[in-house]
Amino acid sequence: MSVLSKPWIWAWLAALVTFAATIGLTSGRGTGELAYAALSFGAFAAIVGMGQMLVITLGPGNVDLSIPAVMTLSATLALKAMGSEPGTALMGLGVALAVGIGAGIANYALIFLLRLPPIIATLAASLVYQSLAIWSNRGLRIRPPEGLADFATGRMLGLPNVAWVGLVIAVVLWAVLERSIWGRWLLASGQNMRAARLAGIPVELVRATTYLVVAALAGLAGYLLASFSGGAALNMGAEYLLTSIAVVVIGGTSIAGGYSNVPGVWGAALFMFLVVSMLNSYGAGAGVRSVLTGAIIIGIVIAASTRRLRT
Amino acid sequence: MNVIARHRIILPVVSLAVLLAATFWLQPRAMSYFGLNLLFNLAVPIALATIAQMLIIMVNDIDLSVGAFVSLAACVTATILNDTPALGVLVLALMVAGYAAMGVVIHRLELPAIVVTLGMSFIWGGLALFVLPSPGGTSPGWLRTLMTVKPPLIPAAVLAALLIGGITHLMIMRSGLGTVLRGVGGNTRSVARAGWSVTRLKALAYGLAGFFGVLSGMALVGLTTSADANIALRYTLLSIAGVILGGGEFTGGKISPVGAVIGALTLTLAASFLSFLRLSPDWQIGAQGAILILVLTARLLFNRKGVAA
Repeated sequence: MSVLSKPWIWAWLAALVTFAATIGLTSGRGTGELAYAALSFGAFAAIVGMGQMLVITLGPGNVDLSIPAVMTLSATLALKAMGSEPGTALMGLGVALAVGIGAGIANYALIFLLRLPPIIATLAASLVYQSLAIWSNRGLRIRPPEGLADFATGRMLGLPNVAWVGLVIAVVLWAVLERSIWGRWLLASGQNMRAARLAGIPVELVRATTYLVVAALAGLAGYLLASFSGGAALNMGAEYLLTSIAVVVIGGTSIAGGYSNVPGVWGAALFMFLVVSMLNSYGAGAGVRSVLTGAIIIGIVIAASTRRLRT
Repeated sequence: MNVIARHRIILPVVSLAVLLAATFWLQPRAMSYFGLNLLFNLAVPIALATIAQMLIIMVNDIDLSVGAFVSLAACVTATILNDTPALGVLVLALMVAGYAAMGVVIHRLELPAIVVTLGMSFIWGGLALFVLPSPGGTSPGWLRTLMTVKPPLIPAAVLAALLIGGITHLMIMRSGLGTVLRGVGGNTRSVARAGWSVTRLKALAYGLAGFFGVLSGMALVGLTTSADANIALRYTLLSIAGVILGGGEFTGGKISPVGAVIGALTLTLAASFLSFLRLSPDWQIGAQGAILILVLTARLLFNRKGVAA
């Protein structure tokens, strides 16, 4: 069991290579700034990616397509509740998390009560959330309270605060998956839901909590992203639909379910940001950037699958 | 079996009829040649994209790149196909071949389709930006004429929907090859044991999906007369919703081409219906979601009754 056989190592190696390639171009100037930016922007992708990872771990057919809409809705409502007043940051966080958890309950209710496939349930629900966000946003642009904006863009011990939040979540999730009974239940359900049910695992409870957690994480990410970028926008979540799935897969989590990989998600989130900034610094246009991003995602999936076939 | 097969289509038909009746009740003027054409005009490209998605779902995969692919087809149609038709046809044919190749890669390397198509959506999107960096282009004249043609008695959009549904029904539900294709979704192994090359069948299913994706892009340009790289991105989710609304299922090759077309029409009509209700445009997207949930709830009740009877 060498280090190279760990599924998360590839995402980190890829992130390091792109980092080096970008730094190589500027011959070392801006190293710190690049790492700092990668950690800041990567944190948002990592937070929603870790949520998506839990859902995908539940097994085939489980994926949450409502992440972007939940991010937008919770950010919009939280900023509206705070109304730029100082000292309301915690209340705003509460609103964002409550909206996220509410969305999670709604998603799971559709899946469980109506027996909808999760893809279609979260998709239909996300359309409703999107409308709610449009309705409550109506052209107004509320700035986050000053203290909160300072926190979201600030740093501690040299690392961006948002990255700290992402790291704490990663450590907690890792501990939960590896050490807690709920984590074991989740992995077992993902590997074989029928066997897990027969073994006495409360499978539906596990699914319910998973859909709650992913929505709560999306709410948190939306709250942080809006505070970071100075306000909520209706399209702020859009890019995280594909990104959240991409970081999970690149990070080495099995798309077939049953195997989670927390460090890989972080590596992949950094990688996704670094690829774009590398291509930017080599002067590639938006089209080339997008084509190469797609090629890299497919390349990594193919590489991962040939490795799996060999062993 | 025949009864169940017939039941599968009843619900989509009823939901479309109910929605249509409600629309006519709210806005009697829609009950005319021009009214119907206006209501369903934009449904034609969506129906074609839904058929493309259905062909992928038929073989137990899912396609997250339909929207980006249709956008690319639209951009190629509005630029290359308009300027140099021969080259345009070649490029569109290559795109279809690319789709077939994607199916082969997914099958041969046992890759998850959801991830490969996700990656491909970035590639199609990038190529679209490459072809048409800023919104614009022009629709070829013949395409514009074709999409605005006014046949007697039946509005063009309705006629197109009937044609799309009818042809794909014959192709997938009635033909021998279509049955084998659905068999790939039902039980891949037994199809392979029966001597079919699953790789070729998947290439065929994906190639057909690419073909319908290209048609969708062309139809869209014929209607809107210009294109941009993001013109059809929302088709990815709409097409998945349309397939399921039409009575299709994600696994087992259980799909219905006629249902998929009806699903696409229902989703398009949902938006118009809400604007006739004078509900604020904020709720139009949400209404599509709510109608989707309602119809699927009805399906659940329907299934339960079926079990009890």
